[in-house]
Amino acid sequence: MNNLLNIIAGLGSSFRSKMIRLGAGTRLFFLIIIYSADSFKRIGLTIREIYFTGVLSLVIIVVSAFFVGMVLGLQGYYTLEKYGSSEAIGVLVALALVRELGPVVTALLFAGRAGTAITAEIGLMKATEQLSAMEVMAVSPIARIIAPRFWAGMISMPILATIFSMVGILGGYFIAVLVIGVDEGAFWSQMQANVDFSNDIVDGAIKSIVFGFACTIIALFEGFDAPPTAEGVSRATTRTVVISSLAVLGLDFILTSFMFV
Amino acid sequence: MEELISINNLSFGYGESTLHKNINMKFSRGKVSAIMGGSGCGKTTILKLIAGQLQPKSGEIVVDGQVVHDQGREGIYNIRRKMGMLFQHGALFTDLNVFDNVAFPMREHTNLPENMIKDLVLLKLNAVGLRGAQKKMPSELSGGMSRRVALARAIALDPDIIMYDEPFAGLDPISMAVICDLIRSLNDALGATSIIVTHDVAETFSFADYIYFLADGEVAAEGSPKQLLASKLPFVRQFIHSEKDGPVPFHVDAPTYGVDLQL
Repeated sequence: MNNLLNIIAGLGSSFRSKMIRLGAGTRLFFLIIIYSADSFKRIGLTIREIYFTGVLSLVIIVVSAFFVGMVLGLQGYYTLEKYGSSEAIGVLVALALVRELGPVVTALLFAGRAGTAITAEIGLMKATEQLSAMEVMAVSPIARIIAPRFWAGMISMPILATIFSMVGILGGYFIAVLVIGVDEGAFWSQMQANVDFSNDIVDGAIKSIVFGFACTIIALFEGFDAPPTAEGVSRATTRTVVISSLAVLGLDFILTSFMFV
Repeated sequence: MEELISINNLSFGYGESTLHKNINMKFSRGKVSAIMGGSGCGKTTILKLIAGQLQPKSGEIVVDGQVVHDQGREGIYNIRRKMGMLFQHGALFTDLNVFDNVAFPMREHTNLPENMIKDLVLLKLNAVGLRGAQKKMPSELSGGMSRRVALARAIALDPDIIMYDEPFAGLDPISMAVICDLIRSLNDALGATSIIVTHDVAETFSFADYIYFLADGEVAAEGSPKQLLASKLPFVRQFIHSEKDGPVPFHVDAPTYGVDLQL
């Protein structure tokens, strides 16, 4: 009986602590909004962060996108060929990328490449008292450190997702048209006819904005909330990847069910 | 003597626990005061309370006539602009070089043109003897050097109050002597009020004007170095002469040895 009570109490306490963290994360978001005006006075800070989170993620995004596109081209071709409609390969590659793989894979890579860097950097700044030092100098760390990284993530993520889809389509083109020999005209014209701007491209862009928000705020909160020890920072970095990935996949399901069903 | 900072009947603790009980301290203008005590007795916490980073449970801290924790965010930031703080390990911004670290408070809080900031930064760096290291990154500096850069940054805006958190911890004897000398000379040159949190007896007694001893969350003793050296209080004697056993026991509270060994 006592054991059962302990289990229920344990569940309750873990739920409660997760709710408290969710509340603290929401509070951080509102603080970011409040301090954003201060932060934009030094726009150079945000531009610098766009370089670190966005530009430096380009290599991993472009390379992954090209491979994902090539795999889509191969898999798609072999399946479509059975039904004699291999010309539709362009549509398949483009829709798969623009609607799903572009935003989702970019967000997962973004969480792994940029999210972890943000969490570890802020966690270590906290551990080495840099955030405290800033507070004592009457400079808000939210305005100086957190807000620029937030906006950099919000701006970078949709652009990266767009680049991912574009490069992925080129990867598909490379395999389907240049290697396998599908008709080039059919590849592009079918894509043009069947990919809708407002339904497919805009919805994909909305997804990437939502994922960018989730990944960035999770990375920032985990870093800001990390216990100032080596173990604390390492756990926070791990949590950033785990929570961001789950959040992206969960949000993707919700968004897809509203957008495309 | 006029007090710039006074701590009246202060009590503080995290959650249910109590760290400080009914503490009274006064820090006079122009003087170097020290807060001493064993590790973990809450010395650094007092600095954080003065800077308004923590809220006391009861009592008040008055800085230059203003009660710190009654201020809103703007008020606290205004008080902090009069303060410079040297953190235990320097807390330099690792993404900025030495020059930009010292320039940071000036760029944040003043509208000075860049060439004037350059002159001021070089002046501050010269005062701590590191003008030659202005282009270096914090990772390229030794412990003593990064503490000196942090000191230059702490005095960047000519503060009225300079607080030092364990300024001697982990330094070699030469760096220690340099920091001692800098604390005294900067205090006198700027006409500032300095508070040092430390447990290094020899260095502190050589240059501090007034010393508070903290033990068990209370002020155990206070006075000038001369008065404290003559003190008969067992705790002060144990601390100053670094005796292993005394009022501060060698053993942490524990059940008897027999109980632990299950004899």
